Amino acid sequence: MNFDDTPQEAAFRAEARAWISANAPKQYEEELRKSSLGRTVLKGANILEVAKAWQKKKAEAGWACLHWPKEYGGRGASPIERVIWQQEEGPFGKLSGMFIIGHGMCGPTMMAYAGEEQKRKYLPPLASGEKIWCQLFSEPAGGSDVAGLRTRAEKKGDDWIINGQKIWTSGAHYSDYGILLTRTDPNVPKHKGLTMFFLDMKSPGVEVRPIKQASGQSDFNEVYFTDVKIPDSQRLGAVNDGWNVSLTTLMNERMSIGAGVATGFPELFEFCNSLMLEDGPAIEDRSVRSRLANYAVKASGLRYTSMRAISALSKGERPGPENSIGKLVAGSMVQEVAMYALDLQGAAGVLSGLEDAEVAGKFQAMLLRAPGTRVEGGTDEIMRNIIAERVLGLPGDIRVDKDVPFNQIPTKGR
Amino acid sequence: MNFDFSDEQKQMRDAARKFLTEKCPPKAVREVLDGKVPYDTELWKGLAEMGFLGVAIPEQFGGAGAGHLELCVIAEEMGRANAPVPFSSTVYLAAEALLLAGSDAQKQKWLPKIASGEAIGTLALFEGKGNPSPKAIKLQASGGTLNGIKKPVPDGAIADFAVVAARTGSTGRDSDISLFLVDLKAGGVEAKPLTNVDPTRGQAELTFTKAKAEPLGAAGDGWSILTQVLDRAAVLLAFEQVGGSDRALEMGRDYALDRIAFGRPIGSFQAVKHMLADMYVSATLARSNCYYGAWALSTNAAELPEAAAASRISATQAFQHCSKNNIQVHGGMGFTWEFDCHMYYRRANASALTLGSLSYWEDQLIDRMRKKNPA
Ligand SMILES: Cc1cc2nc3c(=O)[nH]c(=O)nc-3n(C[C@H](O)[C@H](O)[C@H](O)COP(=O)(O)OP(=O)(O)OC[C@H]3O[C@@H](n4cnc5c(N)ncnc54)[C@H](O)[C@@H]3O)c2cc1C
Ligand SMILES: Cc1cc2nc3c(=O)[nH]c(=O)nc-3n(C[C@H](O)[C@H](O)[C@H](O)COP(=O)(O)OP(=O)(O)OC[C@H]3O[C@@H](n4cnc5c(N)ncnc54)[C@H](O)[C@@H]3O)c2cc1C
Repeated sequence: MNFDDTPQEAAFRAEARAWISANAPKQYEEELRKSSLGRTVLKGANILEVAKAWQKKKAEAGWACLHWPKEYGGRGASPIERVIWQQEEGPFGKLSGMFIIGHGMCGPTMMAYAGEEQKRKYLPPLASGEKIWCQLFSEPAGGSDVAGLRTRAEKKGDDWIINGQKIWTSGAHYSDYGILLTRTDPNVPKHKGLTMFFLDMKSPGVEVRPIKQASGQSDFNEVYFTDVKIPDSQRLGAVNDGWNVSLTTLMNERMSIGAGVATGFPELFEFCNSLMLEDGPAIEDRSVRSRLANYAVKASGLRYTSMRAISALSKGERPGPENSIGKLVAGSMVQEVAMYALDLQGAAGVLSGLEDAEVAGKFQAMLLRAPGTRVEGGTDEIMRNIIAERVLGLPGDIRVDKDVPFNQIPTKGR
Repeated sequence: MNFDFSDEQKQMRDAARKFLTEKCPPKAVREVLDGKVPYDTELWKGLAEMGFLGVAIPEQFGGAGAGHLELCVIAEEMGRANAPVPFSSTVYLAAEALLLAGSDAQKQKWLPKIASGEAIGTLALFEGKGNPSPKAIKLQASGGTLNGIKKPVPDGAIADFAVVAARTGSTGRDSDISLFLVDLKAGGVEAKPLTNVDPTRGQAELTFTKAKAEPLGAAGDGWSILTQVLDRAAVLLAFEQVGGSDRALEMGRDYALDRIAFGRPIGSFQAVKHMLADMYVSATLARSNCYYGAWALSTNAAELPEAAAASRISATQAFQHCSKNNIQVHGGMGFTWEFDCHMYYRRANASALTLGSLSYWEDQLIDRMRKKNPA
């Protein structure tokens, strides 16, 4: 048990710190530090451009996608080095938000299933942020039940023809490529008729329609496919083996650990530490202290859980379900934290404008973004099922659709 | 960086688990629970022989000199087994106080006896309801003797000696408090066992009447030593609580797999699955906080006070959460004396109070975080 850096780790940290200090876009540091889940605004700058420029600089100096092999645009770094980098990158790491899906899910799937030539072609520009990727899995009929999706891929000569609709695709409106899960055989049980591809989002027949979210922002989209052509060479894995390929993606989603899911705690502590209530400083109020302490131990528990996972990873152990815990706990917590911070503001808590609201509307933005956090990447209920079944070994849910051919599964409720 | 116990420490855990599975089955815990004996003397002897009582006591004082990470490992196993012995009072409280503040002679006198299982020690701090606070200490020290009442004192009725917090000044400051060592068998102390929610860990009232006492640490340093002792004990007890949480979770999981209702194992109902998943989550968060606490304890890091409070809070919450829901998973069976669920429920709720309540530690945590991050 050692929470101190080894000499090598210390040297790595010093190198990272020096490089960041010399190269990071410092003019945005304050704004990034203050930004929260649901609101990252840079006054007078296009955040996409700022993010891409920072990512490119990192890539050129060997600080992008640290754990990827060098030949694919990474650094071949150890899991601990990744954590050290994230600690040092601090608020500038918030600029990586739009790359998460590409770096965390699409890249590793390409690494596992694409041909060598394709990897060398597509991965470095993905690492450097030059090209952005999205994940086209969810559909109106297939969210938690991913394998319930209906977008069809039909073989025609050397190509596949895609027809159907995806939904909630984050970043599709600025993405260059996507990984796409399709149905290739509706006559077999649903998990056995899926196939995975990657495609150019500018292909003819791809139409991206932004969806306005409950939070008022528009980060995700509907994506329509009308006779979109994908060459067979862009298939990932075997025909009808897409479910296994998608599991790789989802496992890697769990593996992109260390990033630390936002809990809202540091923000809440800082807020309470300076807030004055009628009877004195909030931090001296008994009930405030109790709430804060409860959130504090959840936040630190999550932090050290992810560090334990990283230690296991460093020793070559497979990533456990620790990250299911991360999102499950942090998702509800950020929502509660936001509600509590607004409660402390009383009537004025209702205001959400940058200028009128306390701490630039940070908690109001969190409040409105949090419901999505509890749904995206697997809902709270699915996370609990994963823990119950894969960690505790409890029986799987009773499935009425498992062995039924896909085209005979009922589609209406009630 | 490495956030895990070493292979040697894990081997020690395995050895301790094996030993306790054999020597401390639920049947043995019940002997104490049913009031047949005040604690398991055979187990106590065995723990001494295994070297577990003196694991963190230096070799020069008769211990194994392994260290506090090793003690954390043992503590977890003691909690898992719900061991009905005065381990926490003797090892986490009395021994730690001696290690921190004892003179060489005092250490020579008591530590080897602790390591060998000959002496049971405790800390006499509380005087009725309330949390650790210098103001609450009324017991008076004068002319080398103590007069007053302490309660509840953990394992007070079976202890051979006690570290006693007493009032030696009247300035209204923390420096009014000093610590004393009292040989409880030397006369002047009357011990009365008290009924408590967890009979496997006794509580007592100690009445001191001109009891002979020798100072432990410098006069006026009592409160500062106590704070350190409580922090150290908080991490160690938290490991017991984590061990107990894990065991309660395991019992619930096993029952959910075996028990059939409505033609299915109850573990296939999502309401039960999700309850168990939430138990796993709280036990895991507590364990992770405790690992940080263990590191801080073993290195005496500046982070110890904050890490100790965090370990204590999350482990208390986890053990209460897991032990109460373990009963729920067991349905009506869980509410019978026959099943072991209530032993953990009792221990969880007793442990939650022995070093000061949850709200006390919440207060401590925020104070400490605030010192580090002034507004
Ligand atoms: C902000 C955001 C970004 C997203 N980005 C992407 C993206 O980039 N790419 C992509 O492919 N998808 C994306 N998604 C989609 C996301 O993966 C799905 O919304 C999610 O998996 C849930 O599916 P659903 O919305 O169909 O809900 P449903 O599956 O219909 O669930 C509805 C409710 O039923 C519950 N439920 C469903 N099945 C079970 C079960 N077996 N047991 C218990 N309860 C159950 C759910 O927990 C939920 O409460 C995004 C979603 C959000 C909110
Ligand atoms: C104090 C006390 C007094 C009682 N008095 C009487 C009495 O006078 N007369 C009498 O006849 N009975 C009595 N009972 C029995 C009581 O009605 C049962 O204990 C109760 O119905 C639960 O059944 P069970 O104990 O078999 O638990 P189980 O049915 O085995 O349940 C175990 C766990 O599984 C869960 N579970 C079971 N089925 C499902 C499901 N379908 N979905 C989700 N979760 C499920 C339960 O909620 C529980 O958490 C008493 C019980 C107690 C504790």
